[in-house]
Amino acid sequence: MVAEKTSKQLFSVTLRVWRQAGPAAPGQFTDYPAANVNPDMSFLELLDVVNDGLILKGEEPIAFAHDCREGICGTCSCTINGKPHGPGRGVATCQVYMRSFRDGDVIVVEPFQARPFPVVRDLITDRSAFDRIMQAGGFITVRTGSAPEANDIPVPKEDADLAMDAAACIGCGACVAACKNASAMLFVAAKVSQLGLFPQGQPERDKRVLAMVGTMDAQGFGNCTNQFECSAACPKTISHDFIARMNRDYLKASFRRAFKPAAAGTAGGAG
Amino acid sequence: MAKLESKVPSGPLADKWRRHKAEIKLVNPANKRKYDIIVVGAGLAGASAAATLAELGYKVKSFVFHDSPRRAHSIAAQGGINAAKNYQNDGDSVHRLFYDTIKGGDYRSREANVHRLAEVSVNIIDQCVAQGVPFAREYGGLLANRSFGGAQVSRTFYARGQTGQQLLLGAYSALSRMVGAGGVELHTNSEMLDLVVVDGHAKGIIVRDLITGEIQRHAADAVILATGGYGNVFNLSTYARGSNATAIWRAYKRGACLANPCYTQIHPTCIPVSGDYQSKLTLMSESLRNDGRIWAPKRKEDARKDPNSIPEADRDYYLERLYPSFGNLAPRDVSSRAAMRMCQEGRGVGESGLGVYLDFADAIKRLGEAAVRERYGNLFDIYHEITAENAYRQPMRIFPAVHYTMGGLWVDYNLMSNIPGLFVLGEANFSDHGANRLGASALMQGLADGYFVIPYTISDYLAGQKPGSRPSTDGAAFQQAEDNVRAMTRRLLGNKGGEPVSHFHKRLGRIMWEHCGMARTRAGLEEALRIIPALREEFWASVRVPGSGDTLNQSLEQAGRVADFIELGELLCRDALTREESCGGHFREEYQYPDGECKRDDEHFAHVAAWEYQGEGRAPLRNIEPLNYEFTKMSVRSYK
Repeated sequence: MVAEKTSKQLFSVTLRVWRQAGPAAPGQFTDYPAANVNPDMSFLELLDVVNDGLILKGEEPIAFAHDCREGICGTCSCTINGKPHGPGRGVATCQVYMRSFRDGDVIVVEPFQARPFPVVRDLITDRSAFDRIMQAGGFITVRTGSAPEANDIPVPKEDADLAMDAAACIGCGACVAACKNASAMLFVAAKVSQLGLFPQGQPERDKRVLAMVGTMDAQGFGNCTNQFECSAACPKTISHDFIARMNRDYLKASFRRAFKPAAAGTAGGAG
Repeated sequence: MAKLESKVPSGPLADKWRRHKAEIKLVNPANKRKYDIIVVGAGLAGASAAATLAELGYKVKSFVFHDSPRRAHSIAAQGGINAAKNYQNDGDSVHRLFYDTIKGGDYRSREANVHRLAEVSVNIIDQCVAQGVPFAREYGGLLANRSFGGAQVSRTFYARGQTGQQLLLGAYSALSRMVGAGGVELHTNSEMLDLVVVDGHAKGIIVRDLITGEIQRHAADAVILATGGYGNVFNLSTYARGSNATAIWRAYKRGACLANPCYTQIHPTCIPVSGDYQSKLTLMSESLRNDGRIWAPKRKEDARKDPNSIPEADRDYYLERLYPSFGNLAPRDVSSRAAMRMCQEGRGVGESGLGVYLDFADAIKRLGEAAVRERYGNLFDIYHEITAENAYRQPMRIFPAVHYTMGGLWVDYNLMSNIPGLFVLGEANFSDHGANRLGASALMQGLADGYFVIPYTISDYLAGQKPGSRPSTDGAAFQQAEDNVRAMTRRLLGNKGGEPVSHFHKRLGRIMWEHCGMARTRAGLEEALRIIPALREEFWASVRVPGSGDTLNQSLEQAGRVADFIELGELLCRDALTREESCGGHFREEYQYPDGECKRDDEHFAHVAAWEYQGEGRAPLRNIEPLNYEFTKMSVRSYK
């Protein structure tokens, strides 16, 4: 299944990679030259090749996060030449192809940088803060088996489509890495908007946005100051409009909570 | 010899599941919290099971090797999920979905399991909609459907080209809720490396923390594996790079039977290979076949020409020609083999000659580019990223690739393996798809198993286990299993050979693809069974795994997985050799009709082959579970 000899023009680059042995260890950049680069190769495939070379030389290979290699699982997470997920719009690191670079390029590769995402090793960061935000409220409470017939709940197509735009989030954290405030507002807004657009999501709407935003703050993420770097870096190009939508929800929920204390807060029935 | 009792309930097919649910032993609600259940894997099957079992009150420990449960490869499924809702009024029913699945599986699955799957399919859609899964909708606000992969009704629900993602995130939401509520203890970056069997029952696992390297023991009253398929035995596949068979393989080595490993699915519409460095193959959703037309040039000389310059008369729309009633929607195995034949005839396209065209020119003419973009835009974008070609202007190049494995650990009707207390869900088990899986049925099965089957059937086992009888992790079985894991880690790290792990994975993949891929022969399989053991020896003699075991070490993780794949590859070839017939994804060149279609041998092979490990260096035992077709007539699977 190996392709025949290629007609493509091969070239050389230098990878300047952040190496860090552990969360507390100091880190530094190290240069790795790479020759015979095929333009059809993915950036992560080049890292594979470089790593195999390092292993044979008895050096530690570069640790990097990856899995599906088709831009949907959200595992890969490098900052390439200063941009989370590298050059190109609407793609994850695993979808960066070497044809985006030229012969002789020095490619700077770093982990996502944000205080709530501590470095685990080399290019791998700990993004479990996102899971904790989800655990605080990123759901509609529905016990398995208790759901009504699906078509009993009509949803206008426009709402469903908009919810799908938000739901496309892959939880990679590029929005946080791109933001000078390390804000997770795009990530949180995407989930809050998706669930808030459905009739099913109304009973917990207030509770959800308050809990998710509260946890986001507690995890140490910063605030949004309307630079929109998040949307620009997002591999799914999720719109920052959802942040405005979340802010509205948050404000309304805060007011409702302030003026309707106690009973309304129980069982998520405030909506 | 393992006892393989399918435990299929008696009575009419349509009543079996209802009666079984009514008769199954229950665990009293106050006692549920006294039972610990380990769930390994958090894809559709694992996450839905963990969430639902926790909702019921069991104490669940969820283990994933990813950094988050949202990463599982279910997320990459594009096309959709089947359900017998009959919203389209086009004649669908539970029975028809059942029948299509049985026929699609080439009469090699268990009737009762498949009927149950079709029955609960409708509940899955209700559940997911209630969770806020953004399925596609009509303007009236009701759910939309499309027809998909070999079905003559529109029963597939979808969320653009990201159905798997949306269903997985729904299950992940449910799981997250239960983690937040304290019902699930979540262990991320944790890889299961052994199963612990105490007095014949599965009572725990050994886990390596992938960040710290710590080896941990975890005990439970029951263990559920939902760890996916083993397609990466071929190295190049549409699976995620991390997808592996280690959990099911180590369970196999503890006595769980592995059934029908030779049933592997090759998906017809993937982006062709571009070079030796390639790490994975990317699927182009089968939904594309609803509007795209597949063709190859009629003449070899045209194979390298610009496709747009080849006139209509010189194109061979071979699926439409060979299978007029199904045309471009012919099932996956049939379409894949047809593409392979085109390439063998020298009519394959692209730089490697391993490709055929999937053409949207007619669809664009008929519907307009905007409508095509609306339906498939994200897929066209993916194609463009990878190939730098614009599929709105020139046809896509596609080629088959390994995509799914129908085989897996043997389970009974309760989804319990032959080791009591060990349950297996989703792609990791063997039960529902027979020799070939239909499109949009994997998501259905994963969620059926997790949301609607295991929550009932596990109580049948647990009711027989005294609450609080769970063994301590200090016991001899835990010690032995931990020693086993530590010994393997030491052996891998102690090796200072001259080749990286990837070298062996690539070589194994080439052997498997060449000798046990789309078409298999006795001679080829015998050759594979000769060279795979040699590869295994070479692996252990000359693999090089850098670093240490007490820290994050991706080479070590990969080495363990590839070591298992080499052994599993051998078993897969052995299964393919002994199954002297063609059925579904298992095509033996010796057994075909003159037109190249699968020739089943129902007299000798209408059974499940469940392989039982006999120890290092000894041939595994081939156990048989006969397949009794009480309600459907086995017929030749024709799509003409």
